Amino acid sequence: MLIDVMFSALLIAADIPDTTGDNTDIMATSGAPPKPKSIWLVDGPPPHPADNAPNEHRHALGEKLFFDPKLSGNGEVACASCHAPDQGWADSRAFSTGVPGTPLGRATPTVVNSGYSLIQMWDGRFASLEEQALGPLAAADEMNAVPAQVIAYLVDSDDYQNMFGKAYPGEGITLQTLAKALAAYQRTIIVIDTPFDRWQRGDENAVSTSAKRGFEVFKDPNRGNCAACHQAPHFTDHGFHNIGVPELRNTGRDAGRHKVIPIAVLKGAFKTPGLRNISSTAPYFHNSYAKTLEEVVEHYIGGGRNVPNLSPSMKPLQLSHQEKADLVAFMKSLDQIPAQEEPSNE
Amino acid sequence: MNRVTIATLLTVAPFAFAQAAEHKVTQKDRKFDKQHIEIKVGDTVHFENQDDFFHNVYSLSDSNFFDLKSYPKGESRANTFNKPGVVNVECAIHPDMKMVVEVKE
Repeated sequence: MLIDVMFSALLIAADIPDTTGDNTDIMATSGAPPKPKSIWLVDGPPPHPADNAPNEHRHALGEKLFFDPKLSGNGEVACASCHAPDQGWADSRAFSTGVPGTPLGRATPTVVNSGYSLIQMWDGRFASLEEQALGPLAAADEMNAVPAQVIAYLVDSDDYQNMFGKAYPGEGITLQTLAKALAAYQRTIIVIDTPFDRWQRGDENAVSTSAKRGFEVFKDPNRGNCAACHQAPHFTDHGFHNIGVPELRNTGRDAGRHKVIPIAVLKGAFKTPGLRNISSTAPYFHNSYAKTLEEVVEHYIGGGRNVPNLSPSMKPLQLSHQEKADLVAFMKSLDQIPAQEEPSNE
Repeated sequence: MNRVTIATLLTVAPFAFAQAAEHKVTQKDRKFDKQHIEIKVGDTVHFENQDDFFHNVYSLSDSNFFDLKSYPKGESRANTFNKPGVVNVECAIHPDMKMVVEVKE
């Protein structure tokens, strides 16, 4: 099962020898000179709150909750309904539909590597995964759950009683332990061993020549300048920018982060997503404006649309056809699972 | 009364002006170089962007609300803190950039 593979990867990651440790050099094999550690490599699993350290019981409970549609108001929508493992832990739709069946306001972000995020959601309204976990659960247009009914359902289940008892001894079945379990599980959904990462660790054959050129375009302030926001090591600055994505629906402009923090620069600004596993999570941007990575590149080539409060970082780019193709090849090297393989959902 | 007031201002104002200080905080590697500074009422803090990308500085503090907009590398924006209090200062673009300006009487 893919999730088990992910969890195993997490455990392995936690025990990775210090070839990627801080302030160390990688001693290349076969007597080659030491190579400075790449700033783009991720060291180990995501951090966690002191009262929610990962363990197998919390993982098992969180997994069961994540896939359980009975938590929702109509008993049909699970977290995994929109964060589907076989669709990059997002969905392929422009806008998901929750319990009422109406489209949501924004595209579903992937939960891959969300444990590394310093702030959650497109608009950053939750500071942690523990906070975030209860948001969609209770939102009327998403899972539409009634908290008291959720707790009653869990308490009534021998399975859940047993699992909560093992995962959070003495803490009971509460919204807090429910959120902690979901957060603990999401911290195991990580992608940090991509072909790009293997290349950064020294395997020159891990990615194509085109991908290598694309990474140079990505970093170059005079060409792609993508790394100004998609910074190392998670390909995000954990920040908020208005990148000139036009609205697609007649629902008025989405204020984005400005609705949370009323500072002018944040009007229409959304969180910079990380890029690992990016080719598995189409469509792109907060409103699914771009259907492909090629369309994403074209959006940036144009410097974004002329929308109010466009970030001054957005400038038209002069890239050749080859450079555009190289950028896409580079982004595709950030997938842990080769694109041609369909992950099992068993 | 007016003469007394003017005389008082003439006496106090230069003294108060002389007491106002200038402080500098830099923004580098998506961090403020100081996490906490103590200043006096009337002091000015200059926030200099040394990163290759835009930064903002703001506070939603009731006592010292301000928004310095966004500005690029090499530029600086200043704010004068005119009321006492503990002021949480952040970059709106990069919310992990935080510091505290403690403004004392």
